[in-house]
Amino acid sequence: MQLSRDDLLSAYGTMVTIREFEERVAAEFETGDMPGFVHLYAGEEAIAVGACLDLEDKDVIASTHRGHGHCIAKGCDVEGMMLELFGRKDGLCGGKGGSMHIADLDRGMLGANGIVGAGGPLIVGAGLTAKTLKTGGVAIGFVGDGATNQGAVFEAMNLAVVLDLPVVFVFENNYIGEGTGVEYSVGSGDIAGRAAAFGMPVEKVDGRDFFAVHEAMRACIARARNGEGPSGIEALSPRYYGHFEGDPQAYRGDGEVEKYRDKDDCLKIFRQKVLEAGLLEEGDLDQLRDKARKEVDDAVKAARAAPAPGKADLMTDIYVSY
Amino acid sequence: MAKKTIREAINDALRQEMERDERVVVMGEDVAGGAGLDGEEDAFGGVMGVTKGLYGQFSAARVIDTPISETAIMGMAAGSAATGLRPVAELMFCDFMGVCFDQILNQAAKFRYMFGGKATTPMVVRTTYGGGLGAAAQHSQCLYGMFTAVPGIKVVVPSNAYDAKGLLIQAIRDDDPVIFFEHKTMYDLADEVPDEAYTIPFGEANILREGSDVTIVALGKMVLEAREAADKLAEDGIEAQVIDLRTTSPLDEETILESVEETGRLVVVDEANPRCSIAADVAGLVAGGAFEMLKAPVKQVTAPHAPVPFAPELENLYLPNADKIVAAAKEIAA
Repeated sequence: MQLSRDDLLSAYGTMVTIREFEERVAAEFETGDMPGFVHLYAGEEAIAVGACLDLEDKDVIASTHRGHGHCIAKGCDVEGMMLELFGRKDGLCGGKGGSMHIADLDRGMLGANGIVGAGGPLIVGAGLTAKTLKTGGVAIGFVGDGATNQGAVFEAMNLAVVLDLPVVFVFENNYIGEGTGVEYSVGSGDIAGRAAAFGMPVEKVDGRDFFAVHEAMRACIARARNGEGPSGIEALSPRYYGHFEGDPQAYRGDGEVEKYRDKDDCLKIFRQKVLEAGLLEEGDLDQLRDKARKEVDDAVKAARAAPAPGKADLMTDIYVSY
Repeated sequence: MAKKTIREAINDALRQEMERDERVVVMGEDVAGGAGLDGEEDAFGGVMGVTKGLYGQFSAARVIDTPISETAIMGMAAGSAATGLRPVAELMFCDFMGVCFDQILNQAAKFRYMFGGKATTPMVVRTTYGGGLGAAAQHSQCLYGMFTAVPGIKVVVPSNAYDAKGLLIQAIRDDDPVIFFEHKTMYDLADEVPDEAYTIPFGEANILREGSDVTIVALGKMVLEAREAADKLAEDGIEAQVIDLRTTSPLDEETILESVEETGRLVVVDEANPRCSIAADVAGLVAGGAFEMLKAPVKQVTAPHAPVPFAPELENLYLPNADKIVAAAKEIAA
């Protein structure tokens, strides 16, 4: 399917916003002013954006341990996110969640997750809601390669198939789970094949190529919306940062990340494709990058100036009533 | 008013809430039973027969049999609750929480706080607990204390059929995650239970017997033992006030403290193991809130710090009972 000019601009704009956000978070984290742990998504932008471009607010996603990209792709407010990462009162989660638990249910973003693989069962629940209440929504579960070895994810895949739910699993294979290679940790070496064995179609795609991800996801989402049950994709694309910020990444080969950034970068691949096909101009793309950079810069300035939550906030939001 | 067993009272509550609200769904292992087989539909109605008949009325769309996948059951409940359903998930034995605790501990319990108050997770987990059937170490534990320790979830431990119905309806209508503990030996105990729906608020303990000599705080099945003990103590001229906690989170601290202020003596009865338990929690509450009113040390009557044994002789030794409560009360009130 040919994407409209607006869709292409939106896709690149979101991808480059994620990139600018993550590169800046890396720099801000380095200053020591950002609390907690952050796990960056740079390098994998085409997966989140390819998977989410066609989603609506009624559609729900469950994210991973590396959740910023999914948030932005699902429409979460960038300034609200940056405030949250800095632990500010007006952050997306009131400064109570942080990077690992960032969520926005109003946008259908069911949360990044501090527990690797825990989003699998949750997205099955979101699929059950869509099916039971006939919302017409679909439920997209992002699952990292590390999480594919969790029993919770196996149970989730099976249950989604057993109950025939409108769920799409997006297996993000960035080749490394924390500091251990997929080649070592996935027994069969084949995440898509293992998922397919649960009884759903799973396509392996080049996760660096937005168009490949989007095309495969379009079929999965249509299938879910039509009540034809769960499916999935395995999208392969490297991550540029460590498992967490501060990770010395001694497990990487020499020049590995530089090579990825030079030859495998999803933004470069997107640019090259749309420019060669004459769909967008250089200027359009540069303008989107500049806009994203400014948006992120403004967000950092706002976050740095924003107040922290205080004593009055400590004991709120535990229960609806108690 | 009709007499109904705890099993019937819980079934009543589920049926009435499912009729009232299409968002209420029941899920778990064999909550109907028979799926994918040639025999009867609704073959089980839950392994304890509690959900029997719901399948016929509400179909597989709302009475959802699952594979033996406790993590996925709890996660599906949490995820569906956060997105608009009001699921009642059955965890066959609370001991199985060992395989799926993450979805309660780190997911459902934490959503609201982590997400800055935006999440509402109206899920109920119905589960069984307790000894007395020779089910031994992996099918007999009393794990309500573990859940009570987790902020973000509520914990209900009913002691009779009337309370079971009212507290379960409250749990289903409640907007927070609730763990509802049913003692596996008590399902056939009958009580006067109204046909119509009603709720019992959480955090309001029930004073079952007045008395001025000693306070006996108990929960779940131990309430029966406490009442029996109180009758025996009365024969010896000791009048016990018996308090049924009904819920351990929230905990009705006020009723406990007021009672101890009146009696000056406290026996806490808990079928669970003693360390970091409800018994220890109540004892700590009284030590901090009514210390100067105490005329004697607080007594805790609990199971020992040991797994639940198998042999009936050992299990009898293990479980708290009325005689042990009487002995403890007499030590401080004779």
